[in-house]
Amino acid sequence: MATTSKRKAKVAEIGPDQLIGWYRDMLQIRRFEEKAGQLYGMGLIGGFCHLYIGQEAVVVGMQSAAGETDSVITSYRDHGQMLACGMDAKGVMAELTGRIGGYSKGKGGSMHMFSREKRFYGGHGIVGAQVPIGTGLGFAHKYTGDQGVCHVYLGDGALNQGQVYESFNMAALWKLPVVYVIENNKYAMGTSSERHAAGTELFKRGAAYGIPGEAVDGMSVQAVYEAASKALEHARSGNGPYILEMKTYRYRGHSMSDPAKYRTKEEVTKMREQHDPIDTLKNRLLEAGLVDEAVLKEMDREVKAIVSEAAEFAQSSPEPDVSELWTDVLIEA
Amino acid sequence: MAIEILMPALSPTMTEGKLARWLKAEGDAVKSGDVLAEIETDKATMEMEAVDEGTMGKILVAAGTEGVAVNTPIAIMLEEGETAADLGKVMEKAGPSSTPVAHNDGPQAALMAQAPAVAAPAHVEKEYDKYNRQTVREALRDAMAEEMRRDEGVFLLGEEVAQYQGAYKVSQGLLDEFGDRRVIDTPITEMGFTGLAVGAAFAGLKPIVEFMTMNFSMQAIDHVINSAAKTLYMSGGQQPCPIVFRGPNGAAARVAAQHSQDFASWYAHCPGLKVVAPWSAADAKGLLKAAIRDPNPVVVLENEILYGQSFDVPDDPDFIVPIGKAKIERPGEHVTIVTYSRMVGTSLEAAAMLEKDGISAEVINLRSLRPIDIDSIVASVKKTNRIVSVEEGWAYAGIGSEIAALMMEHCFDWLDAPVIRVCGADVPMPYAANLERLYLPTPEGIADAGRKVCYAK
Ligand SMILES: Cc1ncc(C[n+]2csc(CCOP(=O)(O)OP(=O)(O)O)c2C)c(N)n1
Ligand SMILES: [Mg+2]
Repeated sequence: MATTSKRKAKVAEIGPDQLIGWYRDMLQIRRFEEKAGQLYGMGLIGGFCHLYIGQEAVVVGMQSAAGETDSVITSYRDHGQMLACGMDAKGVMAELTGRIGGYSKGKGGSMHMFSREKRFYGGHGIVGAQVPIGTGLGFAHKYTGDQGVCHVYLGDGALNQGQVYESFNMAALWKLPVVYVIENNKYAMGTSSERHAAGTELFKRGAAYGIPGEAVDGMSVQAVYEAASKALEHARSGNGPYILEMKTYRYRGHSMSDPAKYRTKEEVTKMREQHDPIDTLKNRLLEAGLVDEAVLKEMDREVKAIVSEAAEFAQSSPEPDVSELWTDVLIEA
Repeated sequence: MAIEILMPALSPTMTEGKLARWLKAEGDAVKSGDVLAEIETDKATMEMEAVDEGTMGKILVAAGTEGVAVNTPIAIMLEEGETAADLGKVMEKAGPSSTPVAHNDGPQAALMAQAPAVAAPAHVEKEYDKYNRQTVREALRDAMAEEMRRDEGVFLLGEEVAQYQGAYKVSQGLLDEFGDRRVIDTPITEMGFTGLAVGAAFAGLKPIVEFMTMNFSMQAIDHVINSAAKTLYMSGGQQPCPIVFRGPNGAAARVAAQHSQDFASWYAHCPGLKVVAPWSAADAKGLLKAAIRDPNPVVVLENEILYGQSFDVPDDPDFIVPIGKAKIERPGEHVTIVTYSRMVGTSLEAAAMLEKDGISAEVINLRSLRPIDIDSIVASVKKTNRIVSVEEGWAYAGIGSEIAALMMEHCFDWLDAPVIRVCGADVPMPYAANLERLYLPTPEGIADAGRKVCYAK
């Protein structure tokens, strides 16, 4: 999926290739997450497992506007980010099953994976903690002058943590190249944003620090891409941070064991049927005659094959050797 | 190929459940995401969604069935183009599920307590040709300045470290020499700037985070432990965090409970961190330089009261104190006194008192609390057969408790008396001067403990 980030285009010239690329990238995340849910159901994945289903347009749109040296950091809801950063589906799935072939040798699990090669700085389990860390990645971009911007993803719930505002202040004060991407999926676990946030225009939360912000239709990959291009350009040119509030939605429970009683079935169904980012894009492609249905079907099969291969690898890769319990605590110095 | 649908696990603890209701009947078309059935777990009723598209072929477990084990086939779905004829093939192999289930047969023994990282054999202190008289404050500043000259990635941030020259004047002159790109005043925002520094370290820079005092590091302890100490492990060795957390620790003077606390055992408790606690100016310079060069997160516990004290510091650009090595500050034969930071001085006073009673005390300055130099302590106790530990912090789960346990494990047969821990009083630090004096270990109290383990009174 790393291909998408290379497939950069000016906002004005979004062609069929770009649209089809987005479709494929979103589809791969969707299929991967469905498979992860299935493996969880089979007892192959344990503990917490937070699926990204419904939110795919956010990370795919962001990554397609990303620069070569940009870095990414997010919370525990991290599978989509990892795939969109070009991390290998096999390694991610094997980490979910806790096997040696996983990105963290099975020692991190769903919420804790890293790829320095892809400049993905983790999955973080403590709500909000990734925000100052990502601000620090931005600090390092500026310090080294590598032209990178850090994409810091956080949930609507995380936005209430004090350290977020400490980060906003420093990022604005020091004009750090950071784009804060609030994935407002309307809920922090079982608490709706109306019940946890004073003032629901979350993109304005940086106003006191002079950080520009805007709300974006996070169910439209093109809208995300356009907003991302603008925000990243702002940060990259030395103007400091930018806030994007992505209005999105998660279809599944907060984690696997969430019966989701805090919202109605109708609400979920309505989002899926009327706003699904993948279906919307697919219909647009077909209606405009930009692609043959057969091509999309073939793409479907390819994606399924990748995901099946990942699932097989995640089951055949052995568990880490018991000696791994004692390794990676400190570096030999 | 027709697809077998298995009874799902819908919570981390579920092993079986009730198939409450089917929402699709045989022959119904199924889209991915459609709800197939409702399943009652031990905690809630959950919906089971379809992953694949197709047609419901055959329902194997009727609605209302209780105690359906996870992974039991409950239905068969037909994919596009398949007919009921394809059902047979799957049904044959349906039988007992062939799905592999993760299992963990690692030996339980591996989970049992193991001694923490133990350093290599006792080392010999190097002698230098020339020494300079310096305060601990100056030594710390020089350590930072030298390492910042040596490595462009090293930078200092914290409250008042730049323009004010440090709340305790430790960073004096650094802003002038290195500029505001590398000596950075932060807002009063510990959790934020600590997390930020961890992020910068993830990216390969080498931050020195100054906490105005270690008491305020509690605001940020989440990042010290959860972000800095654990990430290397959680990333399977991929993501290092070369960072130094430093600041004055332990009792200051008359600042009361919230500003007087020894956090040594808090930080030393955690794998993934190194923890050092210098006493002399030479310790301070050598350990801080080692900490900055170390590729791991290192907590440097300084002491405000020691900042102004002067000691001889080797005049050698390569001088460094290796992390994990204790120093015998005073050799002796009858009792070993193990301690760190300001209590080294107090223990040396106690040793002088004991000398008058004919008791020769060996004083070990731990310098490093994690890893701890167990070999030096053991070697000393094999000689003296008696040991007293001294710390400002509370006894409960303190550094002395760890030393006592290590003695049980490493030299039980060599001990002629039980270990005595001399610690801070088991109360929050009082403000009143008289009470404060009663709180901390004194030379008299340490000497008493020395006499006690020698059965001399
Ligand atoms: C400091 C902290 N407090 C609480 C939790 C438990 N917790 C995990 S996720 C979560 C909700 C976060 O919601 P949001 O930020 O909206 O992200 P989303 O899950 O919707 O992606 C909570 C309370 C935690 N992990 N860390
Ligand atoms: Mg949320």
